Amino acid sequence: MNNWIEALIVLVVLTNLRLLGTSRLIACIRIVAFQGILLGVLPLLFHANDLTLRVMLQAAASTFTKGVVFPWLLSRAVREADVRRELEPIIGYTSSLLIGCVLLGTALYVGWRLPLPGTASTPFMVPAALFTMMVGLFTIVARRKALTQVLGYLAMENGIYTFGLAFAEKEPLLVEMGILLDVFVAVFVMGITIYHINREFDHIDTDQLSSLKD
Amino acid sequence: MLLILASLLLMVASGAAALVTSARERLSKVIGVTGLVTSCIIGLAPALHVLWTGREEAFIRPWSVPMGSFSIGLDGLSAFFLLPILVLSALAAVYGGAYLQAHHHKGGGHDVSHATRDGSAFFHPGESEDGEREQGQGARERSENRGPATGNLIRKPGASWFFYNLLVASMIMVIMARNGVLFLIAWEVMAIASYFLVMYEDESALVRKAGSTYLIATHCGTAFLLALFILLGRQSGSLDFSTFEASGLSGVAFLMALVGFGTKAGLVPLHVWLPEAHPAAPSHVSAVMSGVMIKTGIYGLIRTLTFLGPPPPWWGWTLIGIGAISGILGVLFALAQHDLKRLLAYHSVENIGIITLGLGLGLLGVSYDQPLIAVLGFAGGLLHVVNHALFKGLLFLGAGAVAHAAQTREIDRLGGLLRRMPWTGAAFLIGSVAICGLPPLNGFVSEFLIYVGAFEATSSLMGPTAVSGMLIVGALALIGGLATACFTKAFGIVFLGEPRTDDAARAVEVTAGMRIPLMVLAACCAAIGLLAPLAFTITTRSFPSLANLLPYDAPVLIHQAAGMMRVVVLCLSSFLLLLSMLFIIRHKLLSGRSVEKTVTWDCGYAAPTSRMQYTASSYAQPLTQLFHFILRTHRDFSPPQGFFPESAALSTHTQDAFEEEVYRPLFQGVGRLLSRLRWLQSGRIQLYVLYIALTLLILLMWKLG
Repeated sequence: MNNWIEALIVLVVLTNLRLLGTSRLIACIRIVAFQGILLGVLPLLFHANDLTLRVMLQAAASTFTKGVVFPWLLSRAVREADVRRELEPIIGYTSSLLIGCVLLGTALYVGWRLPLPGTASTPFMVPAALFTMMVGLFTIVARRKALTQVLGYLAMENGIYTFGLAFAEKEPLLVEMGILLDVFVAVFVMGITIYHINREFDHIDTDQLSSLKD
Repeated sequence: MLLILASLLLMVASGAAALVTSARERLSKVIGVTGLVTSCIIGLAPALHVLWTGREEAFIRPWSVPMGSFSIGLDGLSAFFLLPILVLSALAAVYGGAYLQAHHHKGGGHDVSHATRDGSAFFHPGESEDGEREQGQGARERSENRGPATGNLIRKPGASWFFYNLLVASMIMVIMARNGVLFLIAWEVMAIASYFLVMYEDESALVRKAGSTYLIATHCGTAFLLALFILLGRQSGSLDFSTFEASGLSGVAFLMALVGFGTKAGLVPLHVWLPEAHPAAPSHVSAVMSGVMIKTGIYGLIRTLTFLGPPPPWWGWTLIGIGAISGILGVLFALAQHDLKRLLAYHSVENIGIITLGLGLGLLGVSYDQPLIAVLGFAGGLLHVVNHALFKGLLFLGAGAVAHAAQTREIDRLGGLLRRMPWTGAAFLIGSVAICGLPPLNGFVSEFLIYVGAFEATSSLMGPTAVSGMLIVGALALIGGLATACFTKAFGIVFLGEPRTDDAARAVEVTAGMRIPLMVLAACCAAIGLLAPLAFTITTRSFPSLANLLPYDAPVLIHQAAGMMRVVVLCLSSFLLLLSMLFIIRHKLLSGRSVEKTVTWDCGYAAPTSRMQYTASSYAQPLTQLFHFILRTHRDFSPPQGFFPESAALSTHTQDAFEEEVYRPLFQGVGRLLSRLRWLQSGRIQLYVLYIALTLLILLMWKLG
């Protein structure tokens, strides 16, 4: 079973890198959604031997929200804002990928040295979680469009979720559900806000909003 | 202990109930005030019990907060500080109920008059025989306060009662907390609750400024307290008071306590928030803040001293130095004020100075192993805490009554109120006499204890103690003299003579709800004065909890000192007897003759006006002139010119020297320095997130090594 888990983790890492290198917003949304589905399936693999209804329901809720509801909300926002691409990112796509590699190294370094309560299921789990969080943060920092930043936020949440999964025996999944609810509300609000920002300013470039500062 | 917990619970619950019912104003007031008064009475029982029996009580429960435990205790010192808190808060609540309601029905909610003219309008041509006219802080304040907003603002006092009850509860908690975390939480709740109370009239820009000054000052103080507790708990790894010990760094801990608690207490030069915040708050809140809240600073200082082990002499010297400076500067700045409540606020600085002098003397006595000096110093300082709570509470409530009746707090616009408000006037007079430290009232008793201790130190003929004794006697005498000058000014100008404005002339006595607390406080002042030995004995009941600090066989010394107090009381009573006999003789002598009362200046002046009277500033002028080098009073004088002068004006304005010379440049400098970092604040969200992410990442890497 561990092979499957590790394969999924590798996929998560790859989706992260893909997120860094993509300019088309719809593709970005799909990548994050795919990441969400992967992570939604992960707990099932962990509990493959003792599958309970609760775990299944939780996995289903998580997968549904991240794989269906969020992409739908965000795609709608993209359609309404009529923005297809992130044209002028603050940090270019090639450099983003390079920085992503550095971040991956950092995540591995930190993840293996981090003193943790109990042992993780596989040694790659914690670095992958950290890497996903870092990529999320980096996306928020390096992109201009509000929508890309929402995606970064989602990736960060995915990272936190993965971190929790690493200690699934200790951390009740219920906590994850709580976080998921928060994120859901946040994405919902942001989707609406993006729509309104776009209507008001004719763009969703956050750096142009800085003219609003005092 | 259960009683006091019940009292706290009732206090907070009634405050919350007052908040919930704030739509129905009268109901919310009744709930808030009755709840508070009842819980204060409930709380008094255990406090008195502890003082009476000397048994300490403790209540400890574990608490999930890191380093915290819900550990409270009631020992002699706590019980002694509880007394003034409970008594004054309850009385001020009764007063406040009447006060806020009266203001509400007048349509406004403010102490400061709405119906005033500014300086220029006051000087009509030809109306300037007496060109002296002062235009203090008040004038500027009023120009900000005017406007229709103040006049017909509908205010719901429910929130005010919530914060009032919370303030009292948090003060009790501060006094009883025996754990650093609990103490700091109570301390912060106290600061925040009082901040909201100060901001009661937040539509005035001046009140908002006062509020933020207070908030900044109190948080700066708390920062030092946080460091202090960490320092004290460093050894044992726990923040329970019982485990505190200062090893090696007790000097640093002492200084931190002095700054942290001194900010709350209002020691010079940390007093700048006090003359801003106290006048801005409603009067009953000023009374509680000035009477008891700032005393929590003194309490904290004493409590900390018990953790620090035997005091080296320089602690005593530091306290004496700061006490003398606070006392003298406080009273000097009070002398130069034109706003009655601002004047009282500066007197709080003065009295905190006197308390600190007493504590400093006590510490020196401990350091040089002079038990009698130590006992007298601490007893004087502690008793002055209670006394100041009583008479300053009385004076603030009295000032509120005056401001309420005459629509202004500006001393030079009042006058002749004694005939219009005899009860308030009499109570204010008693408070004034008490605060000046004159016999036979309570202020005298505590200052007398410090005097005796200081004379004892002087006559001990040991070099350093003798010098400290002389210093204290000199400082106390100067403070007393200046305070007397200040209160003859305040009482004389406000209550005697003829009213200076129409508003003052129309003043009537306040309602019973406001009058009765004044009477009770005045009676307390007189009672402590006349029952001095008893008051002294009760004060010394707090000494067992200071055992770390005062390792002496106190009962013998206390007995010795109490004997002395009996002699004093004997003298006081014979003085009173003599006075009443003189009155009787005067009455007898005058009984056969006709006694007439007539207008002042009735001989020679065809049309005397009230503006011919002596003003407060001219009364204080010789003294303010003498101390000009400290006060730096700003004078704006256009003298009368020609044979038929048309107009003349004089305005003086005394800014707080420390605010002007120290804090303003300091904060401006900090502001300039920090403005160089403006480039960090680009306004781009991406950059801010990057800052956060980088900080977290660097911290993580650093922690992992």
